[in-house]
Amino acid sequence: MDSVGFSAAPPAGMLENLAPLRETVREGLKIVIVGGFGVGKTTLVRAVSEIRPLSTEEVMTEAGVGIDDTAGLRGKATTTVAFDFGRISLDDQLVLYLFGAPGQERFWFLWDRLFTGSLGAVVLVDTRRVEDSWYAIDRLEHQKVPFVVARNNFGPPTHSIAELRDALSLDPHVPLLDCDARSREASKAVLIGLVDHVLALSTAARGTGALAGRRA
Amino acid sequence: MSRGHGSTRGNIDRESPDRLYTITGGRSRADVDTFDLVTLVIAECDPSPGMQSEHARILRFCQSARAVVEIAAQLRLPISVTRILLCDLLDSGRVVVRQPARSAPRRPVAEFAYAHPELLKEVLVGLRRL
Repeated sequence: MDSVGFSAAPPAGMLENLAPLRETVREGLKIVIVGGFGVGKTTLVRAVSEIRPLSTEEVMTEAGVGIDDTAGLRGKATTTVAFDFGRISLDDQLVLYLFGAPGQERFWFLWDRLFTGSLGAVVLVDTRRVEDSWYAIDRLEHQKVPFVVARNNFGPPTHSIAELRDALSLDPHVPLLDCDARSREASKAVLIGLVDHVLALSTAARGTGALAGRRA
Repeated sequence: MSRGHGSTRGNIDRESPDRLYTITGGRSRADVDTFDLVTLVIAECDPSPGMQSEHARILRFCQSARAVVEIAAQLRLPISVTRILLCDLLDSGRVVVRQPARSAPRRPVAEFAYAHPELLKEVLVGLRRL
């Protein structure tokens, strides 16, 4: 769970013993887990992370607020948002960071920074509060960030997968997966589902020459 | 049922701008292209006497490679402030960064750039091994 200035994951604080990365590590990668309050983002991160999820924060000063709509922000000196992250050492050279990011519209300023250079995103959906995911999905589609949707089943789902796809107005090509964020295997499968999806997109893009990254 | 746009804008928090201003010496921008959240940073030297305490803490923490987001969490400082401190240390040659060679560009580009298929395949191997 997350909120402004408060997070389910403890701040690192005095964790001088945060396990170091492997000496051979060459590159940090990121995947963003996005969803509404209490949907299970930190739970999913915790399920697969090799470290206890940590919390950090980003601050935005007033000067930077106002590209969108400043109506609710006028008079505020700064805006702070806390977000959680975990870590997976994939091999000797690659380390993957998982970020649990609040999907609400008021956190828009976090998005560009988080998604730039990421592999892609997982939108975690609670079927009892489907509408919490709408903004995140709109934003990802608009930014053309590859993503999968994972239905987190903390309880019995109230929508079938087909109903959920309809409720989310989800493009037929976007994978919609079932998940129990408390389960390491299920959470791992969601990450694999995302990377598989991005691999297909990336391979196709290179084949046609369109949308190809700058580093071939 | 269709997607709409919520307009909830509440609970905007306040940070202590004075404290952050002091730590960063009043600067407000860091070179964002150099320090992504997952950029790996390594100290090139030990802290020296008289060094700003935040700089010294970063150097001690980065004896082995650490991601920018880990440094921010460890120092309990916002990411933006951490970036400015890291820029100082990079400019004075006290830290180096391991630049990603193969992932997507870190700068915002007009179209989202997918990571290279070979890199994604390595990621899949690593995830399946978990």
